[in-house]
Amino acid sequence: MRRLSGLSETGRKMGWKELPIGGYLLEPGSSMKYKTGDWRAFRPIIDQKKCVNCLLCWIYCPDGAIIRLEKNVDVNYDYCKGCGICANECPVKCISMVEEKW
Amino acid sequence: MVIFMAKVMGLTGNEAIAYAVKQCNVDVVAAYPITPQTVMVEVISEYIYNGEMDAEFICVESEHSAMSACIGASLAGARVFTGTASQGLALMHEMLYIASGLRCPIVMGVANRALSAPLNIHGDHSDMMGSRDCGWIQIYAENVQEAYDWTIQAFKIAEDPRVLLPVSVNIDGFILSHCVENVFVLEDDVVARFLPPRKPLITIDPTNPITVGAMCLPDYYFEVKFQQFQTLNESLKVIREVTKEYESLSGRKYDVLEAYAMEDAEAAILCIGSTAGTAKEVAKGLRREGKKVGVVKLWVYRPFPQEDLIKALGDVKALAVLDRAFSFGAPFNALCSDVISTLYKYRKDIRVFNCVYGLGGRDITPMEIRGIFEETLEIADTGRLKEYVRFIGVRE
Repeated sequence: MRRLSGLSETGRKMGWKELPIGGYLLEPGSSMKYKTGDWRAFRPIIDQKKCVNCLLCWIYCPDGAIIRLEKNVDVNYDYCKGCGICANECPVKCISMVEEKW
Repeated sequence: MVIFMAKVMGLTGNEAIAYAVKQCNVDVVAAYPITPQTVMVEVISEYIYNGEMDAEFICVESEHSAMSACIGASLAGARVFTGTASQGLALMHEMLYIASGLRCPIVMGVANRALSAPLNIHGDHSDMMGSRDCGWIQIYAENVQEAYDWTIQAFKIAEDPRVLLPVSVNIDGFILSHCVENVFVLEDDVVARFLPPRKPLITIDPTNPITVGAMCLPDYYFEVKFQQFQTLNESLKVIREVTKEYESLSGRKYDVLEAYAMEDAEAAILCIGSTAGTAKEVAKGLRREGKKVGVVKLWVYRPFPQEDLIKALGDVKALAVLDRAFSFGAPFNALCSDVISTLYKYRKDIRVFNCVYGLGGRDITPMEIRGIFEETLEIADTGRLKEYVRFIGVRE
């Protein structure tokens, strides 16, 4: 039985017999299911006490992985690849990059 | 006795392929002219202009674009044909892998020609051998009749849901592409019954969007390619089925290879393409002299018909494998490497030597083939190989 996405119902990676032909992706928007956060080597940690909610990190993040909340920002770790641009741009230096221990 | 009522036409190899393409009711042709293929697509464009063929001809700026357009059209569900040769095939190289990887059942006529440099427009197999690992089914015709017959069968093979892979039909440049032969052609309605309109399983369609050609990372790429690898190997079965069905309506028997006078042969020549015709003729003469010689001609080179080859070789003691292309720096040239690998795999002890011949369109004469046969007979007799690789007629 060939399924729509690369993962079976149990989350197991599918083998060659089950995959759709030619590497086709038969389900639109399935990239949402692909969590790129595990590419990360460094994890941005926001010190919420120092954050002034200027939103520069939100503007600069190339992956849209900064979440805008009411009074502050947070990181979507499912998709943050750990590039560190947010930490570099932060005017009050409230974002530190901490090595991931996968 | 069964008599097949057949129409006979005088056609060149290029024209025969074009005529078959017309009868196959192809939807899209995207091609760029190159010697010796030019006439193939020229005739198709005439058919379309004259209203004899209801197809879209896309005039592209290069072969890279030709194959790209073919891939797009094939993914949209069209029956697609293109043709090329030599430098054009080389320029297509990147897209050949994409066509097979995306499982596009495109059929391509290739008028095999030498590769530059030095510049040469004549026939040899350097072009297709350079693309032999591109995942296409590769068929070599011996004469114009075979070029016609295989083109029709190629669509049926390619579009079979168990296959869905592109197929190249190879004809020797000039020797077949430009020589007129009497060709038995089928009636249009017979071809139409044999090859109904394409029914694609999945197509690109705005109302039901899918993604084709997406990135595939190390966690899935291997599985996707293995699927393709397995499908190509298993396509031999489908190829044989199609030839059986084709035989029932044309009376002409095809298979994955042809074994000529091999039943009790002690020495044999193995080759592909038009040279097989000469080799069979020489073998016929030698047989009259009581020499036990035979010829194996591969129709299908990819997937390599291993079991059939072993069966065809029977109790042969010595074998000459004729390559019309160089594999620079390799211990043997392409065709011979495959033969030797197969013999090793099946633990078959046959003395094999490799003859490289006819590069850049140089003729191979019956006398030269006779010489090869005689040497092969001698090896069969003594069991001693003098040289592993020989170069027929090259001057020092």
